[in-house]
Amino acid sequence: MADSINKLRVSITKRYGGKTVLDRFPLEIRGGEFVTFLGPSGCGKSTALGIIAGLVPPTEGEIWLDDQRIDDLPPEKRGFGMVFQNYALFPHLTVFDNVAFGLSLQHRPAEEIKERVTTMLGLVRLAGYEDRFPGQLSGGQQQRVAIARALVLHPRLMLFDEPLSNLDAKLRVEMRAEIKQLHSRLKLTSIYVTHDQAEALSLSDRIVVLREGVLMQVGTPQEIHDRPANVFVADFMGFRNFFDVKLGQANGGQIDVSAKSGTYRTRAAEGLTIGQDAVLAIRPDDVKIGGGDGSNKLRGKVELVEYLGREIEAAVMTEGQGRVWLRTPEKIALGDAIDLTLPADKLVLLRKE
Amino acid sequence: MTRGRTWQLVIYVFLLGFIVNLAGIVSHVVVSSFAKRWFGKPLPPAFTTDWFTYAWTNFELGQVLLITLFIALAVVFIALVIGFPAAYILARRNFRVKPILMLLYFLPLLIPQMTYGIPLATTLYKFGVGGTVPGVILAVLVPMVPLAVFILLPFFEQISLNLEWSAQMLGATRMQIFRRVLLPLMVPGILTAGLLVLVNTISNFELAFLMAGGGSQTLVVALYYNVFAGGVRPVYSIDAMAVIYMVMVMSVLLVALRFVRPTQMVFRLDQPRR
Amino acid sequence: MARARTDERSELDLVAILCLAPSLLYVICMFVYPFLYGVYASLQPVKGPAWSLKNYISFFTDAYQYKTIVTTFELALPNSIAVVLLGLFFAYNMRRGIWAERTITTILVLPISLGVVFLSEGILGFYGTNGWLNQMLLGAGLIHEPLELTHNFIGVILSLFMQNFPFCFLMLLGYISGIDPSLESSARMLGAGPWTIFRRVMLPLIAPGLVIAFALVFVMSFAVFPSAVMVGQPAGSTRSISIAAYQQAFEQYDMSYASAIAVIMGLCQLLALIVIVLVRKRMTIATTMGVGKR
Repeated sequence: MADSINKLRVSITKRYGGKTVLDRFPLEIRGGEFVTFLGPSGCGKSTALGIIAGLVPPTEGEIWLDDQRIDDLPPEKRGFGMVFQNYALFPHLTVFDNVAFGLSLQHRPAEEIKERVTTMLGLVRLAGYEDRFPGQLSGGQQQRVAIARALVLHPRLMLFDEPLSNLDAKLRVEMRAEIKQLHSRLKLTSIYVTHDQAEALSLSDRIVVLREGVLMQVGTPQEIHDRPANVFVADFMGFRNFFDVKLGQANGGQIDVSAKSGTYRTRAAEGLTIGQDAVLAIRPDDVKIGGGDGSNKLRGKVELVEYLGREIEAAVMTEGQGRVWLRTPEKIALGDAIDLTLPADKLVLLRKE
Repeated sequence: MTRGRTWQLVIYVFLLGFIVNLAGIVSHVVVSSFAKRWFGKPLPPAFTTDWFTYAWTNFELGQVLLITLFIALAVVFIALVIGFPAAYILARRNFRVKPILMLLYFLPLLIPQMTYGIPLATTLYKFGVGGTVPGVILAVLVPMVPLAVFILLPFFEQISLNLEWSAQMLGATRMQIFRRVLLPLMVPGILTAGLLVLVNTISNFELAFLMAGGGSQTLVVALYYNVFAGGVRPVYSIDAMAVIYMVMVMSVLLVALRFVRPTQMVFRLDQPRR
Repeated sequence: MARARTDERSELDLVAILCLAPSLLYVICMFVYPFLYGVYASLQPVKGPAWSLKNYISFFTDAYQYKTIVTTFELALPNSIAVVLLGLFFAYNMRRGIWAERTITTILVLPISLGVVFLSEGILGFYGTNGWLNQMLLGAGLIHEPLELTHNFIGVILSLFMQNFPFCFLMLLGYISGIDPSLESSARMLGAGPWTIFRRVMLPLIAPGLVIAFALVFVMSFAVFPSAVMVGQPAGSTRSISIAAYQQAFEQYDMSYASAIAVIMGLCQLLALIVIVLVRKRMTIATTMGVGKR
């Protein structure tokens, strides 16, 4: 259906005045892949998307589509589809005319336009809305029109610039599912930009984490989630507990590290040597209450409790290790004395920066 | 709070007074134009429309009206055509000399027309267009081009850049974006700018006056000359001419007010956009 | 990339230059150049050597001429002060919206649109010795002889007022309405009364707008021409500097002298602007000092 590509290869740098917004950003995407650029605001992800789209010129670098170099090609000739955060629907045109816009520029015959537009509107579940104007639609509906408008042209590559940021939480979840469905059906190569890690995890084949223009980690959602490569990614993906440790003896696949509160056993990580300073991290959800097998234990008092419905997120002031965050379905209360265990296989060892 | 109420009353009384004043001034002209003869009484003893015919023939109103209309439309057209792209760039881009450019565009609006009108007239006379219709057009354009630019600018700023980018991603060339996205969305802006330039051109006095020659007087200028000619022209005929002028201005104003709020017709001081 | 980065210094590419060129060139050729030419011409007096200040000397040694500066000042200054103060009073009290605001502002746009010539003609009729105002006052027994309100200084003041007040009022109304209303609310919650709010919260915020309004009105009034002729005494008490310039240009055909007078007029306006800016700077210092006080 859509023209497919084999590979998109990118290496771009962007500077605004003295500020480097993207530093030799490298990327390789295979045809049919769904890649997400993830990071906080200002990290350069939207700029990277803009450069790939052709709307922003790179300061240095190259963009290769299969075996064609396209950085000199203007955006209207690249054949990419793009969906913007604020939908950018033409307010003076109906839904039908909006979706038909690209096709009418190509001077397609009227019947073909009508057929393709109607099919596409059906695909995004907006059949019957042809004669409405964008101002009469809700946010979610507008976004679906924007997606339809881009898709109807069978683009080689789809670019999404934080498309769900303007929607409320419930709608965001629904639209996420729709985008996922569309991708499975159409197998369109897509680049998606967001700061929301839940979106990134659920939609992507691969995630690219960016910070201030620098690549922090590239990997599958599982890799990013379970094995963050550094403190920044870990922090971004929800690891709330970080301990400074010194590396000790390695023992098979495991390693002992010493922290202020004692020694912990954890999985070994690559590239770290004995005596080196490192950071030990664990998610609040992985912290266990209770004794366990005796090692990796902490003791403390609950000093903050946040009720989250199914679970409680609590801050425990421990002896020797400061505040530890914990998420549990158990009903603990402010002031409780509590034992914590940090399971070795859930602890992650990270380079100290 | 009675104190507040008193102030409110004072304000309304004064405003009422001002408006009554204005009404008095305007209606005096109107009544006079329809008076057969009128001297020292509240209302003229008899009415007639003869003065309009008198004015039409004696003041060559037909020709004057044509000239005024031609000049006004020419000014509106040129001001919009050259002001439109400039306003677009100023709205979309930021560059180092932008503040200087904005000041440059603002100067003809800030400095009174009489001050730069005399040197302008001198220059235009030197180039041989003094006293001609093209000369008047050229002169009146000087403040009108910046006016068009400053009216169009905020309308451009309201059109999100994303709209242009979407069109580009969908394959539109610059020309296509202009024709199919920018132009339709700028219609209110163009209308507003066009109407305000029109009103300002018709009522422009100083520049039109300095550049006027025998066959290039606009309605206002002709009005002035005839008042000045003093006792030679009966005041009723002059007032008839004034009434024709007033009708012209007010019709354009009425149309303009459909699209523009009164506060927008006046200089907008530097303040955050509403 | 939801919208273009406006902090980015984009270059002036060819498209930008092409778009700006026509209007920019127009302003430069038809405004800047004539201005400069006017200055040049003023220094080439008709009866004298090239590049001399003869015109300027003639102006300042001829009482008939240099008095016009004083006259124009007498016309412009009180008028501007009155217009701005009244405009402020009304705009401030109407800042929260008024009954029939749309109607009132529409009516006020009329004098601005109709222009000076029409208004002056109307003033001649309405305020004339046989006009309605005098008739009313005579009829009511308030006066015994008609008031001389036209063809004199008062006539011009009236005309200037009728033009400038609506303009100034609308400008200030727009400006004051743009001030965040929650500032006033918080002041009230803190216990400030209406006069205190005006003096210590609103006035400092309105001050820049006031200064600009005053500058604009003054500069405009200083160039008074048609009213000075139509409802004033162009040969006497209301001989403004623009009349002097005009007469040199179109009655004496001495373009050089006329340009000199125009330059002098421009310099007076510039001087006034500088003074206003300096006063404003002092005002800012004063208010920030007052506000910072503990």
